[in-house]
Amino acid sequence: MKYSSAQIAVIVFVAAILLAPLVVRDNYQTFMFTLIGLYTILTVGLSLVMGYAGQVSLGHATFYGIGAYVTALLSARWGVPPWAALIIAGLLTGVIGYLLGVPIFRLRGHYLAMATVGLNVIFILIVKNEVDLTGGPSGFKDIPPLSLAGFVFDNDVRMYYLVWVIALGVMWHSLNIVNSRVGRALRAIHTSEVAAESLGVDANAFKLKVFALAAGYAGIAGGLYAQAIHFISPASFDILVSIELVTMAAIGGLASIWGSIFGAGAVVLLAQFIRDRLGEWFGVTGEQEIIVFGVLLVVIMVLTPEGLTTGSLRVFREWRTRMKNEQ
Amino acid sequence: MSDVILEAKGIQKSFGGVMAVAGVSLTIRRKEIFALIGPNGAGKTTMFNLISGAHPLDQGEVIFDDKPIHGKPSYHIAAMGLIRTFQNLQIFGTMTVLENVMVGSHLRGKTGFISAGFRLPGVAVEEKRVRDHALEMLKWVGMESRANDMATSLPFGQQRLVEIARALAASPKLLMLDEPAAGLTRPETRILDGLISRIRENGVTVLLVEHDMNLVMGIADRMAVLQYGSKIAEGTPAEMQANTDVIGAYLGVDWEMDKPFARAV
Repeated sequence: MKYSSAQIAVIVFVAAILLAPLVVRDNYQTFMFTLIGLYTILTVGLSLVMGYAGQVSLGHATFYGIGAYVTALLSARWGVPPWAALIIAGLLTGVIGYLLGVPIFRLRGHYLAMATVGLNVIFILIVKNEVDLTGGPSGFKDIPPLSLAGFVFDNDVRMYYLVWVIALGVMWHSLNIVNSRVGRALRAIHTSEVAAESLGVDANAFKLKVFALAAGYAGIAGGLYAQAIHFISPASFDILVSIELVTMAAIGGLASIWGSIFGAGAVVLLAQFIRDRLGEWFGVTGEQEIIVFGVLLVVIMVLTPEGLTTGSLRVFREWRTRMKNEQ
Repeated sequence: MSDVILEAKGIQKSFGGVMAVAGVSLTIRRKEIFALIGPNGAGKTTMFNLISGAHPLDQGEVIFDDKPIHGKPSYHIAAMGLIRTFQNLQIFGTMTVLENVMVGSHLRGKTGFISAGFRLPGVAVEEKRVRDHALEMLKWVGMESRANDMATSLPFGQQRLVEIARALAASPKLLMLDEPAAGLTRPETRILDGLISRIRENGVTVLLVEHDMNLVMGIADRMAVLQYGSKIAEGTPAEMQANTDVIGAYLGVDWEMDKPFARAV
């Protein structure tokens, strides 16, 4: 059976992901890659909402946080087995995403964007204030790890595989959606909502559902995060994280499922670099990453609004066509 | 099933303080080709938007296929068989020609987030059926050779044909074409003329807004003339050409139908 070069690339890539922990013996690095996997799940959802459907979600960390806190409450406080807590958290976050979407998607443009930001702000306020429920600013600790039939995911390598298997599953799921009637409807809505509606596409229903799906993905990622480090606090889900997520989507290519891994990886590694090196060079400590990400996001949106990787591919293809024409 | 496919009664619409459509009534019969003409700003495209549900109307009623559609969302009206195209060509630029037409077939499918995401049985079969149907529509307008090209890489006239193929894929009972000849060359307009005739031969009623009088006078069974948001005349092309109000408002005293393009009335 003959494989296309794209299919070979996918197989090599998946193999690399699955073999990485055997090569990288360092637990901290393995955890970094696990984090990239979690952010990939988040970015894929954001890519569907922003890249394909053309909507905005500037407060996406809200759903990451909802998933994490629901998982924590169910498994640590209310005795629900961790695997069930994770599934319930994903589904519940999706439902919440749908319900919140109903009033939010009545808005358009900048108002829609502000509403998603407002969502994140409100979420953090609730988490910080409902101390009895969430542990407040000090956080929620002792979240139990996932266990399946006695097998406990309580070390970095096991969590790495769990997260990446789920991340690859989420990508598969999203690619199926993108290459279907649903994907075409979303892209149609993005380009011309009025034309899409003139052909029978219920634009509002699609926007709500894609938003709910992305929220569901984020909820699963949040639950996995809680079960990986066993402690969560509001700082991990605030508006700065939402901006990092949008930057990841922008770098990876807004309408690119595979690009999400690249975007997530680039931002996580860049953040690490900024904290370690830039702090040294300029003698600053504190949240300087946000300055770099802010600037990066603006530059990307100006030069390649369809996202960095998609835009670079376009520029490269145009350059190549020009080279061919000159011969 | 009555003889009338679309009845618009007393349609009124204002934007800000401007009365765009001031009480217009239209009756379109099944399988006829009806043209709406008039100077720019007369309210023709607004009428299209009001009938298709793209804008809400201030006053009036629209009955389509014996059912009221005023106040209904445009995707619902489309599902009932009323499909429209756009004056400024709303082609989906991020998709290929074939994918554009497949969006037209959206109503023929039912794959949703869950069935698509998990590749449930039936999805692949439906996808093939939709793809084949879309290719048929492209063949019908003569554009099947460009199926896999990006839609916006085509010359304007061909994009227009793709938009029509997309509208046909939605299985319209009534097809509303908004200035389909705009931006087309003479040979392209002739192709369009033939296409509209064939569409009607297949049982689809056609309502068109058009400025190309050669096309309109040659192809329309009946027409209505709008000026400043009101209907000033209605009748057959011959009646319109003889109507002094119409000549004064729009046609112009010196207007004469181009002989090569004329068709026996």
